[in-house]
Amino acid sequence: MSPHISFRGVTKRFPVKGTEFTAVDGIDLDVARGEFLVLVGPSGCGKSTLLDLLGGLTSASEGEILLDDVPITGPGLDRGIVFQQYALLPWRTAQGNVEFGLEATGVPRRQRAERAREFLNLVGLTGFEDRHPHQLSGGMRQRVAIARSLAYDPAVLLMDEPFAALDAQTRESLQDELVRIWQRTGKTIVFITHAIDEAVLLGQRVAVLTSRPGRVKEVVPIDLGDRRGTGDPRSSPEFARYRHRIWDLLHDEVTRAQQLEKEVVGR
Amino acid sequence: MTALLEARPATRTTPVAIRPQRTRRALDALLTGVGKSVAIVALLVVWEAAPRLGLVDATFLPSFSTVLGAWWDLLVSGQLLENTQASLARSLAGFGLAVAGAVPLGLLIGWYKPVATVLGPLLEVFRNTAALALLPVFVLLLGIGETSKIAIVFYACTWPILLNTISAVGGVDPTLLRLAKSMNLGGFRLFQKVILPAAVPTVFTGIRLAGAVSILVLVAAEMIGAKAGLGYLINASQYNFAIPQMYAGIITISAIGVLFNQVLVSVERRFTSWRVPVGA
Repeated sequence: MSPHISFRGVTKRFPVKGTEFTAVDGIDLDVARGEFLVLVGPSGCGKSTLLDLLGGLTSASEGEILLDDVPITGPGLDRGIVFQQYALLPWRTAQGNVEFGLEATGVPRRQRAERAREFLNLVGLTGFEDRHPHQLSGGMRQRVAIARSLAYDPAVLLMDEPFAALDAQTRESLQDELVRIWQRTGKTIVFITHAIDEAVLLGQRVAVLTSRPGRVKEVVPIDLGDRRGTGDPRSSPEFARYRHRIWDLLHDEVTRAQQLEKEVVGR
Repeated sequence: MTALLEARPATRTTPVAIRPQRTRRALDALLTGVGKSVAIVALLVVWEAAPRLGLVDATFLPSFSTVLGAWWDLLVSGQLLENTQASLARSLAGFGLAVAGAVPLGLLIGWYKPVATVLGPLLEVFRNTAALALLPVFVLLLGIGETSKIAIVFYACTWPILLNTISAVGGVDPTLLRLAKSMNLGGFRLFQKVILPAAVPTVFTGIRLAGAVSILVLVAAEMIGAKAGLGYLINASQYNFAIPQMYAGIITISAIGVLFNQVLVSVERRFTSWRVPVGA
């Protein structure tokens, strides 16, 4: 079976003050259908650039990204993005925000309301349909955003540090929920984070990126056993082992990233 | 003492605890009401007392009750209504035209960034030119009739609306634009579903400013050449040394200004109810 998403020598350069800045360099990576892949890397390693490329918001300087063997040339509703800052329309209710994505796909009005309710239910927000974003907590807002992305049924879910702005408890419960949703919907998920725990907990594979320019340092397969188990996976010895492994891989990169930042500031 | 208080049965403390809470809430409402009106009441008291105590010349500043009497006479004679109607018609016509013209224009300019860049400095010049400085020009070109008065109100109201609308379009949350882009939402639909609703609050700020400006500018215009209107009433009363009538005209204008602003605020609330926490 061919991979669902395939990065082939993807490089992205930005012009900065007359010179060029390489954000990501020669990324080769395959994501299988229905896989949960986590990209983890130090700040400024081009994680978000990779996601923008996948979303079709920018185009690669070199190489290409294939989605179902077809190169990505622009944005499309076959990919749903969940942003860190929720990106909810403040003038719409939770229901209206989920319907927003459905309007874009041209789902008939009556079906829209029904589908929106169904997906709000999936993320556990039944009873909150008529609330505006400012009446919801951060965790609930992100749930609405997830429901919105799922409702128009994209093949791939792209998540850009979606839980970074949440408090620890909310983050944990949303992580568990996301795994449950992923298992139920069977979507391919590409998840970006800088948190090692989150990467180990969520990913079937974790791709560790190097600091500037972003390259794939190593892809670590994660096996925590049955994820539907009732125990706390965060406290298992395997979890600690994976966590340490990725910490090791990241450690040098973080130091290097800090060095680079100092150089930039000191210039 | 404390031991005695603590020893009271719980059943008795519950209703006692509720009653002071309710009274406190009523007291709070009363206090805010008093707090909000205290300054105005103080002003009126000083206005009433100063001429009576001979602190100021009652000829030039008649007491508030005298002014109220003159106001009542003007109302009964129908003069007040006639002049208010004349003023409101001009004011609303100029204001309405400005809203109808400047909002769409502002949306267009804001949407096409190059246009905003080119027109920006020009708009800045116009905005900072006092509208009343141009009044002679308007009179010169349009005569002293209704046209020039409506035109000057229209002109003065245009700038706050236009500039606020342009910045409203420019100030749309970039995350929302990224979201729309990721959903392949472009052109008209992006405008209708994202930009326009996001711009509404800032546009309304401009409209409210324009509401105040419309009355401000009109009254001044009516003082220069008019046969009716509140500005005319004030000016004519002063010429005829009908000082209480002059003050009656002035307080009418303040009242209209406050009322107009209140109307605009409540319209704004209706359109932007999603910003105000409902029931929270």
